[in-house]
Amino acid sequence: MNSVFSFARLGALLIKEFIQMRRDRITFAMMLGVPLLQLVLFGFAINNDPKGLPTALVAMSNDQYTRAMVSALQVTGYYRFDYVAASAEEAEFLMARGDVSFVVTIPADFAKRVERGDNPQILIEADATDPSAASGAISTLSTVASQALLRAQGMQAAAAENARQQLQVVVHQRYNPEGISQYNIVPGLLGVILQMTMVMMTAMALTRETERGTMENLLAMPSSPAEIMLGKVLPFLVVGAVQVAVVLVAAKLLFDIPFVGSLTLLLSSVLVFVLSLVLLGYTISTMARSQMQAMQLTFFFFLPSLLLSGFMFPYRGMPGWAQVLGEIFPLTHFLRITRSVMLKGADFHAVATEIGWLVVFVLVFAGTALLRFRRTLD
Amino acid sequence: MNAIDVHGLVKRFGDKTVVDHVTMSVAEGEIVGFLGPNGSGKTTTIRIMCGLLTPDEGEGTVLGFDIRKDSLRIKREVGYMTQKFSFYEDLTIGENLQFVARLYRLKPVEEYVARTLEELGLTSRRDQLAGTLSGGWKQRLALAACIMHKPKLLLLDEPTAGVDPKARREFWDEIHRLASGGLTVLVSTHYMDEAERCHRISYISYGKMLATGTVAEVVKNAGLTTFVVQGPRLAKVAEELEGRAGVDQVAPFGATLHVVGSDRKKLEAALADVEKTHEGVTVTPGETSLEDVFIQFMSGSKDNMA
Repeated sequence: MNSVFSFARLGALLIKEFIQMRRDRITFAMMLGVPLLQLVLFGFAINNDPKGLPTALVAMSNDQYTRAMVSALQVTGYYRFDYVAASAEEAEFLMARGDVSFVVTIPADFAKRVERGDNPQILIEADATDPSAASGAISTLSTVASQALLRAQGMQAAAAENARQQLQVVVHQRYNPEGISQYNIVPGLLGVILQMTMVMMTAMALTRETERGTMENLLAMPSSPAEIMLGKVLPFLVVGAVQVAVVLVAAKLLFDIPFVGSLTLLLSSVLVFVLSLVLLGYTISTMARSQMQAMQLTFFFFLPSLLLSGFMFPYRGMPGWAQVLGEIFPLTHFLRITRSVMLKGADFHAVATEIGWLVVFVLVFAGTALLRFRRTLD
Repeated sequence: MNAIDVHGLVKRFGDKTVVDHVTMSVAEGEIVGFLGPNGSGKTTTIRIMCGLLTPDEGEGTVLGFDIRKDSLRIKREVGYMTQKFSFYEDLTIGENLQFVARLYRLKPVEEYVARTLEELGLTSRRDQLAGTLSGGWKQRLALAACIMHKPKLLLLDEPTAGVDPKARREFWDEIHRLASGGLTVLVSTHYMDEAERCHRISYISYGKMLATGTVAEVVKNAGLTTFVVQGPRLAKVAEELEGRAGVDQVAPFGATLHVVGSDRKKLEAALADVEKTHEGVTVTPGETSLEDVFIQFMSGSKDNMA
């Protein structure tokens, strides 16, 4: 039989493919796991209209109108008053740290002005580093506020039209007044690009040696696990440095992203971040048996970190469990640092917690990698 | 002091015992051949000795260092040449040697590399990628890299697999030259001619050490009797002899037939009528070869590859 196409031969190929697919456990798990993961994350965790955003209240008095305003804002579901700030400075710091998304300031003479009908004002400052996250909350503002005021005054709807003219809700979009989304995306991309290359390249580090058969020789020669680990990951710090330079220059030249913070602070954070990434990659390479597996494990880590870190979708929009899950990705913490430093001009004090997290990742990954490293071929 | 002194080594992978109570000692300056069929545990035993694997049971010393506790010290003093070429194919010959020299902290690096290249005759090809070398040259490069740090013990795992006879001959000349300088060598091989170039041999099969000693001792201790059958149409004779009591092996060797048995009397009885029933066929006592002994060992032990 010399036919060009034979079903018997096709059958042989199909059977072989299925056997191989079944043998490769990780690929098999990925085929089932990835769709499931995507479904759960996209379905439950991602929300482009986040509610319950942490808000700080700066209230100079505690009268009925102020209380009515606060409860009305709370009822919308967008605002959650977590902090009552004593002063504007304190509120400012909370926002710079990223602890709150909004600061609602109700002036001391608010009640007096309401009663006099003298253009009462409230000030709402929104953290606009992520413009999409705050947009829903802002768009509902003026209606909600006016109605609340009317109810508090006991006015009828007939008089409402008039009163609405009077109440002024002043909205300040902080850090990004024009709501340019690149301001949010580009600093985030710094983290994403670093993560993509650093983790993937180092994840191949040991598996490549194993696959090429050079691992046996390397282990037979006098070199300690720590030497091998550092030898594998440190070159990528250099690669990372080049990437950082490219992204930062491009951010300035192509996108005109403001850089208000300290470059030294940003670069030191980048160093810790990259270190955590290369060590994570190295840890993956101590687990993977082949380069293919290393690649798959990298993607398995990559997908949720993109979705849950706050890079693509607002972190605050996610349910609690997803936020907790998001904390285990270095990217989450790094995004907060870059956005804070680049856009808000945050100082070390404001981002210390996040840097602390990154240091913890470095230590955990390095420890795990050293423990997992097989000094022998056992 | 023996260069290698190990007792009762056991290594299991899953429920398979790959090395089963192996005891071995190799004196300084000795060349010991390590023989056995595929999958018999040669590589695993060698890996245990150079600290790449930890034994499940047993203990011992290599160059006086405990194989369980001092693997780093052992690694510094031992040269281990892997079965598969395991230097970096995407580095040049010179770069590979530099890497090895630096790992062993040989100083000055360049001097060591230059001398090694010269001894290898590869000075002019120093900038060639190692991956582009032929099998024989890869093997020479690997050996040169393994002995650059002047190890006291050389562990070679099937170093000459896939290498042409001339390169093999040169390789063995080199091994003998190194041994005469005091280096101890343990070399695993499948080739009988290589086994015969060793001072002593150890035969391992399915994890068990079956025989050890000089070639003559191993052959003698096997207690085999061999007859050489000569004449026309030997295939027919072979067919007849196969399966007769007392006949363990019937193997054609060129124009002759080697008939081997472990019981001399039974073998003689089995061969008694051959000369009568086949015209022109003669049976003469022959010398048992090392290969006959190994075939005997192999057919006598159970298969471990399943």
